[in-house]
Amino acid sequence: MNKGLIGKKLGMTQIFAEDGRRIPVTVVEAGPCVVLQKKSVEKDGYTALQVGFGPKDAAKTTSALVGHCKAAGAGVFTFYRELRMENTDAYNVGDVIEASVFEAGDVVDVTGTSIGKGFQGVVKRWGFKGGRASHGSRFHRAPGSIGCSATPSRVFKNKKMPGHLGNEKVTVQGLKVVRVDAADNLILLGGAVPGSANGLVLLKDSVKSKK
Amino acid sequence: MNKIDAIEMEQMKKNIPAFIPGDTIKVQVKIVEGDKMRIQAFQGVCLGRQGGGIRESFTVRKISNGVGVERVFPLHSPSVEAIEVVTRGQVRRAKLYYLRKLRGKASRIKERKYVAGQ
Repeated sequence: MNKGLIGKKLGMTQIFAEDGRRIPVTVVEAGPCVVLQKKSVEKDGYTALQVGFGPKDAAKTTSALVGHCKAAGAGVFTFYRELRMENTDAYNVGDVIEASVFEAGDVVDVTGTSIGKGFQGVVKRWGFKGGRASHGSRFHRAPGSIGCSATPSRVFKNKKMPGHLGNEKVTVQGLKVVRVDAADNLILLGGAVPGSANGLVLLKDSVKSKK
Repeated sequence: MNKIDAIEMEQMKKNIPAFIPGDTIKVQVKIVEGDKMRIQAFQGVCLGRQGGGIRESFTVRKISNGVGVERVFPLHSPSVEAIEVVTRGQVRRAKLYYLRKLRGKASRIKERKYVAGQ
């Protein structure tokens, strides 16, 4: 990865292609992000950019963090993230990364936190079929048998069972950048992005796209 | 204004004539064949309008060679070149799905004399 950005998901809409097709898009307010620190192999064992996104009141931030940001010539931020990169030579501490790092046609991977669904059963969580609702059926949405008897006398690990669903880190790969509005720092991505509106998302250039 | 609304507003057409379900309308549709573009008209009764904002669409029904044909057009699509109101109809429903069961004389719609806003 050599390009990345932190953004806020604003929501979804549609735009028309020239031939009249409707393209579902997610609008992401991406950047501006300020480079606060460069992690290097010599010093840290890996290469990455530490960036900040979203302004915050300095009075509500610890002095240590204020000082860290000041060293990069920036104010304090709401969010701090590291963007792992193969090569950080193109960036300097204090640089501002804007939505214009991506352009229409680029393919990106987007990481976000999925919407929390709470404790869910196996039908919703794992896509089990469930039983029939009527005709005397007494088996509706239950998981059914979870294993054998005396052998092995235990339930296997990773057995799909009810439990907590959502509210976890999810990455969607291979989303196309449909449009970039550099003036408003907006990026329009084709398709859906994990999480709710106003959720934090990380945009990175795609690991699978062919150059 | 909300940033998503701004994106939608920018793509919405401003010169759409006022038409309501029951009106007979003529839709000029862009058709691309290879690298040539031509315009085809689709004339029929508007059965209803669905959705709002940039997502709004409308259904047009016509009888073609004795077979009912319905097409749904996105109102703000660039492939809808123009919409023309041919006659205004007087109906008491927002969705005229009952027309699907009617044939010939029974499927006629009374003409509307008074047009809202005029």
